[in-house]
Amino acid sequence: MADPILKVTDVCAGYGGVPVLHGISLEVCEGELVAIVGANGAGKTTTMRTIAGLMRPTRGSVEFYEEDVTGLPAHVMVKKGLTYVPEGRRLFQKLSVRENLELGAFTERNRDVIEERLARVYDLFPILKERSDQKAETMSGGEQQMLAIARGLMSAPKLILLDELSLGLQPSLVERVLRAVTEIRRFNVTVLMVEQRVLEALEIADRGYVIQSGRVVMSGPSGQLLNSEEVKRAYLGI
Amino acid sequence: MTLFLQIALDGILNGMLYAIVALGLTLIWGVMDVINFAHGEFLMIAMYVSYWLGFLMNIDPLVSWVASSVFVFLLAFVTYKLMVSHLVGKPALSALLATFGLSMFLKNLCLNRFSPNFKLLPVTVLSGKTIPVGSLILSLPQLVIAVFSLAVIFIVYRFIASTRMGWAIQATAMDKEAAELMGIDTEKIYGLVFGLGGACVGIAGGLLPTYMPVHPEVGSLFGLIAFICVAMGGFGSITGSLFASLLVGLVEAFAGFYIAPIFKYVAVFALYLVIVMLKPKGLFGW
Repeated sequence: MADPILKVTDVCAGYGGVPVLHGISLEVCEGELVAIVGANGAGKTTTMRTIAGLMRPTRGSVEFYEEDVTGLPAHVMVKKGLTYVPEGRRLFQKLSVRENLELGAFTERNRDVIEERLARVYDLFPILKERSDQKAETMSGGEQQMLAIARGLMSAPKLILLDELSLGLQPSLVERVLRAVTEIRRFNVTVLMVEQRVLEALEIADRGYVIQSGRVVMSGPSGQLLNSEEVKRAYLGI
Repeated sequence: MTLFLQIALDGILNGMLYAIVALGLTLIWGVMDVINFAHGEFLMIAMYVSYWLGFLMNIDPLVSWVASSVFVFLLAFVTYKLMVSHLVGKPALSALLATFGLSMFLKNLCLNRFSPNFKLLPVTVLSGKTIPVGSLILSLPQLVIAVFSLAVIFIVYRFIASTRMGWAIQATAMDKEAAELMGIDTEKIYGLVFGLGGACVGIAGGLLPTYMPVHPEVGSLFGLIAFICVAMGGFGSITGSLFASLLVGLVEAFAGFYIAPIFKYVAVFALYLVIVMLKPKGLFGW
C-alpha cells in the first residue's frame, strides 16, 4: 500500500466529557474510496467531525499529508485540502444553488478558477445547473444532497469526507447519490465516506472499516468485508 | 400644518439617530445571537471620547468622530475577545448578563472618573446651527447625524450584501459550523462583527456632543430604545430596525407634543408592547 495521505492514530473524542471514540485508527491512501460503516451511534460521524477539525480529539493524532493536523480548526483544514460534507447536508437554505456553490469555493479568490470549478460540478450534476437560481430549500432531498457534495467539491479538496449521504433519501435516490460518489473520483479526489447502509457503501468502496461502539472492529478490502461472516450476520441480515 | 410637519421632521431626525445605534445591536444579534447590553454604554464612551478630544485638544466632533468610532471598535473587539467569545453558543442569558455587568462597570467607571455632571462642548462647528426649509427649521447637528446614519446603514448593508467578507458574515449567521466547513474563520468574523457594531454606535456617539450633553447615564436610555427598535423590527433585520427606529422617533415626537413631553416614552413603550404582542418576532422578523 502506498503512503497514506490521511493517518488517524488512536483517536479518542467525545461530547461534554462523555467519550464516544475509544481509540480509532485508520488510514486513507491517495485516490482511494474508503468507507466507514457501522450502526447508528457507533461513532462514525464523531470520527468524521474530529478529522475535519470541528471537534478536538482528547487523545491521539490526525496526520494529513504527513503533517500533524490534530486539533486544527475546520477552516484551516479546508485550506489544507480536506473538506467535510456534513451529515444532514447543512446547506445555506435561503441562498440559491449557485450562491451555495460560490461559498464552497470561499478559499479561492481567482474568479477564473471558480468559474472552471463551477463548470465541472455542473457537468457532474446537470440538475444543479438547471436549478442554479433556485433557493436550496426548494429542492428535493436528493438534489440537496448533490448540491452538498458539489459544494464540497468547489473547494477542490484533495480529500473529501462524505457523511451519511443516504440519510433521509428514498431508495432510488440513494442509488443515484452513491453513484455520484463513484463519479466524483474523476476529480482526482480521494474519498472517505461514512455510511449506515453497509452493503451499498461497501459495494462502491475500495476498502472499509467497521466501527462499533467507538472502536474499529474490522477492516480490509470491501470484498473481503462483504464476504465475512460477522459483517453478513451483524449488518446485512444474511 | 407647519407644526405637524415640524414635529414629523424632528421625529424622523431622532429616529435616524436611533437607527444608527440600533444598527450595531441588530448586526451583533443577527450574526452571533448575542444581545449586547453594554451597547448604550459604548455610545456613552464614544461621547466621552468626543467630549474630551473637544475639551482638551479643541478637536471638533466633525473630525473626532473618526477617533471615537475607532476607539469603540477596539473596545468592542477587546470585549469580544476577553468576554463574549467564551459565551457565544452558550445559553443566550450568559452573554446578556455578562454584557449587563460590563455596562454597570463602564457606567460606574465614568461616574467615578468624570463625575455625574452633564458635560456639553460649549462651541462646536455645528452647535446651535439651523437651516430654514420653507417654514420648517432643520437642526443642523441632528441633520448631520441623520445623514451619517443613513450613509452608514447603506454602507454596512452593501458591505454585507456584496463583498466577500460580507458573504462570510452571512454564511456565519446562517450556520456557523457549515461556514467553517467552507473555510471561513468564524472566530475572526465574530470579532469583526462585534467591533463593527461598536464602530457604528461609536460614530453616533462621536457626533452627539454637538448638541447633547454627556453624562454616565446617557447611554442607558439609548441602549433601551435601540433594543426596542431591534426587537420591534425583528431581531437581525437591518431594514426592520431602520423602519422601527423611524417609527419610534415619530411616535416619541408626536406623543411628546400632543399628549405631554413626559408621556413620550410611555407612548413608545406602549407601541412596543402592542407590536410585540401582535407580532412576537417583530415587524420584519422571520
